Amino acid sequence: MLILWELFLSFATVGLFCIGGGYASMPLIQAEVVEKHAWLTMREFVDIFTISQMTPGPIGINAATFVGTRVDGIPGSIAATAGFVFPSLIIILILAYLYYKYGDVGAIRGILNGLRPAVVALIASAGVGILLLALWDKEKLPIAVSDTNKIGVLIFALSLAAVHSKKVGTIKTLLASGILGLVFYSLASF
Amino acid sequence: MNEMQKQPEQQPVTYWTLFKSTFLISAFTVGGGFVLIPLMKAKFVDEYHWINDKEALDLVAIAQSAPGAVAINAAIIMGYRMGKVKGLLTTLLGTVLPPLITLTIVSQFYTAFAANQYVQMVLKGMQCGVAAVILDVVLDLVLKQCRKKLLLPILIMFGSFVASYIFDINIMYIILVDAFIGLAFMQKPVYN
Repeated sequence: MLILWELFLSFATVGLFCIGGGYASMPLIQAEVVEKHAWLTMREFVDIFTISQMTPGPIGINAATFVGTRVDGIPGSIAATAGFVFPSLIIILILAYLYYKYGDVGAIRGILNGLRPAVVALIASAGVGILLLALWDKEKLPIAVSDTNKIGVLIFALSLAAVHSKKVGTIKTLLASGILGLVFYSLASF
Repeated sequence: MNEMQKQPEQQPVTYWTLFKSTFLISAFTVGGGFVLIPLMKAKFVDEYHWINDKEALDLVAIAQSAPGAVAINAAIIMGYRMGKVKGLLTTLLGTVLPPLITLTIVSQFYTAFAANQYVQMVLKGMQCGVAAVILDVVLDLVLKQCRKKLLLPILIMFGSFVASYIFDINIMYIILVDAFIGLAFMQKPVYN
């Protein structure tokens, strides 16, 4: 029981102090998991990175599940994950309540008016990164036209046509793109 | 905030649709955070018409300002909006379960998983699909900002993009600066 509580507390600390999201949480996780509790070796910790690149979910959740499973099986993974989301849950609950109660107050309105275009920019930034990664295997410019992944372009164009038509749902488009990837790349490798 | 017109084709919100959509989005989205958010937007705003663009962006801004993973925060706040505490627990569970299940399995034999070429092919294909969905959402949002023909939001949008994508400036600083600009210059109703 004690170990579950320790997992919960450790990841609650990570969740509470991880501001800015994503890889910003890595040093915090390292401090808790490798240095303080020695639940993982540095080598295993680096592996979490690799795994997170190809499995769903934020890196914090992935780390919590990975560490929790290693330390105490499935109860461990649940305790660690619950710990990681707990601070978010409480803080978001308070902020959401305040937003729906005081969202029309001038100062709050002003802040949100400034943040809305910023959120568009942040989504665009992630989108451009993913697009380059999908079609050129790198996240940043410059790119060379000759390096373009032709199968990627085809799947991208088909998916874009599908979502833009509004006739095919988001999930179905994603599933289809995965299947197309399997089919096209298998054919290409023969 | 009271301008949320009920659109004719709006789907009814049920805990099952909430759970199903967040679970599937989370399961098929590799990369977290700002990859998952445009997919939620595509589903909740464009497909189900549960909330409008503006409210969705407000909620994401709040999600980004709180500690924790942005994807989880966005799921929590969208769930709260659709169904209060029960809705929030539904979307939280939907978002957390796929990585929880995947990682529990993968942590046992991840080297075999990482090296499997068919897994790689599916992931590579899905990456293109995800990029397409995000691009569609992004173009729509950018055009809507531009069509308002207001200088300040457009400047914030392009400035934040350059800061984030070109200069890799920490998202937290970008949010702080833009929040300050909004507080100082954008309280007039024209920016709402």
